[in-house]
Amino acid sequence: MNKTEILVICRHEGILQTIIRLINNNPEWDATGAVTDDEAIAEFNARPFKLVLLGSGIEKESEDKLRTVFEAEKPEITIVQHYGGGSGLLAAEIYQALN
Amino acid sequence: MAQTVLHKAATRGHASHGWLNSYHSFSFSSYYNPDRMNFGALRVLNDDTVDAGMGFGTHPHDNMEIISIPLEGDLEHKDSMNNVAVIKNGDIQAMSAGTGIYHSEYNKDRAHRVKFLQIWVYPDKKNVEPRYDQITLNLEDRHNKLQQILSPNPDDEGVWIHQNAWFHLGKFDKGVSTEYNLKAKGNGVYVFVLSGDVKINDQILNTRDGYGIWDTDKFSITAETDAEFLLMEVPMKF
Repeated sequence: MNKTEILVICRHEGILQTIIRLINNNPEWDATGAVTDDEAIAEFNARPFKLVLLGSGIEKESEDKLRTVFEAEKPEITIVQHYGGGSGLLAAEIYQALN
Repeated sequence: MAQTVLHKAATRGHASHGWLNSYHSFSFSSYYNPDRMNFGALRVLNDDTVDAGMGFGTHPHDNMEIISIPLEGDLEHKDSMNNVAVIKNGDIQAMSAGTGIYHSEYNKDRAHRVKFLQIWVYPDKKNVEPRYDQITLNLEDRHNKLQQILSPNPDDEGVWIHQNAWFHLGKFDKGVSTEYNLKAKGNGVYVFVLSGDVKINDQILNTRDGYGIWDTDKFSITAETDAEFLLMEVPMKF
């Protein structure tokens, strides 16, 4: 079974690891994390992500840059803001985005 | 013409983790209902009961305004900003998670359970500096009148959050009636009945029912029995 690949970008390393762990609890999802813009862009180009989650601490300029890069590379990509930080909202946000 | 949505208590999501019994008015954790994602900026309304001596271990939050209202028992809060506090019935706690915060919540009482409401509101700005606030409310100030417990203004009554939101509590004797005037255009109000029966305009609500009302600037509230209720006014677009 091909898992849905999800890229998570979050400046807070501890919260990032929590989000990745929670996403990977779902056997149908596979999360990859990035803290910096450069890491995020490198990961994005290396794997077939279906969804990008933007976590906390991402500055407006960085968010605009990342959206531009990702949408130019893969116009069908879904990019959503993750709220709450590895919280009870995570699964619903992903279901909503994928559906 | 006012728009409304009714969420009967029995239609809420439910999770029982042994030590935690939780009812979710909106999608949360393993409860996912695409028709129950939020009411405007109000994203989470969890009605939690925590067993004696149990609680939520240290876990992170970010970019969310988190409000806790204890209904019964005491809950100990510790966070990564070195706040250690006990919140009890009559208190309200507000936390702006912003760029990131870790906290834990425990019922340290070995004999009695804790009941509390956990409410999350989307912030009106991202990545704010995390902050924590807690106050003790005067219970008499909600007897047969509306007591403001939260607003967007640090200098106003109650705690404040990063959102154009106002919360009020009421504890009305049977037959008491009042009118609620919305504070801001474009806002709606989610009514949550804590106990008893309440009538909002012509809609009867029972204990733990939720009722959203928007596209209006006021509505009437009548206690059909002795009743306690929470009004949460939030932006419908944010």
